Amino acid sequence: MKTTKLFMSMVIAASLFFAGCSPKDADIQSAIQAKEAAGITVAVTKGEVTLTGEVVDDAAKVKAEEIAKAEKGAKSVVNNLTVKPADMPVVIAEDPILTKNVADATKDFPTVKADVKDGVVTLTGEINKASLITLMQHLSALKPKKIDNKLTVK
Amino acid sequence: MALEEKYKALTDAATAAGITDLAVREQDGILYIDGTAADGATKDHLWEVYNQIDPNFTSGDLVLNVNVSIDAAVTHAKVVTQSSNLNIRKGPGTDQPIVGKAAHDEIITLVNRSNDLWWLVRTKDGEEGYCYAQYLEAQA
Repeated sequence: MKTTKLFMSMVIAASLFFAGCSPKDADIQSAIQAKEAAGITVAVTKGEVTLTGEVVDDAAKVKAEEIAKAEKGAKSVVNNLTVKPADMPVVIAEDPILTKNVADATKDFPTVKADVKDGVVTLTGEINKASLITLMQHLSALKPKKIDNKLTVK
Repeated sequence: MALEEKYKALTDAATAAGITDLAVREQDGILYIDGTAADGATKDHLWEVYNQIDPNFTSGDLVLNVNVSIDAAVTHAKVVTQSSNLNIRKGPGTDQPIVGKAAHDEIITLVNRSNDLWWLVRTKDGEEGYCYAQYLEAQA
């Protein structure tokens, strides 16, 4: 027990010493946070900086670490930033394929007229409310650029 | 990024519903949301949320393409037309001749699902051909 108490007091003394001599964690934190891009969270414990959050690419991750390292009082940097995965590209069907598929999808909706141009499906005519969702679901699966719904809903 | 804000309730619902391969991106003033739902009810729920944000889907600023995932082991599907019979056609397309019909609510055998839109099926009477996949609900 005595050894533990002695050890504890040494730790307290040591932390007081550090706190007195080097910039405070909170100050380091706010200084780095101000320089980092949005989406990055900065935490500082005893001069050790931890970066968390999501960045757009590897370069942004490296840069964020450099900013943190350059800060006075930052002893080390733990870089836990993750790179945002690249988005799946938007696939838009070619007009001939889209036209055929739209004709198939709208066949059961005789009051609906559908035109396809440059990937845009334009709907005219009328439809009842219950069928509208079904029709929209069918058309959205065909990879159109846009569905321009000008239908009158009954 | 204004569209992502407009449809935030929808993307939040998609995340909460556990939509897999969820992709949300904006291009030329249109938001594209793709993903795979565990079942038809989840997909329908997202469409209800979409309908609340954009009543009757008149804005033309969103393409919501959420498909229902189907286990490769699934061998049967139910005909989910509104009430009518479902045409079975010789090939994948409404321009193809009709070779048979499947009744509303009938359970038919899935032969091949390699075409996303048209599934090759067989009825219990042995009629084989293509049906529009949107009117078929895979049976677990």
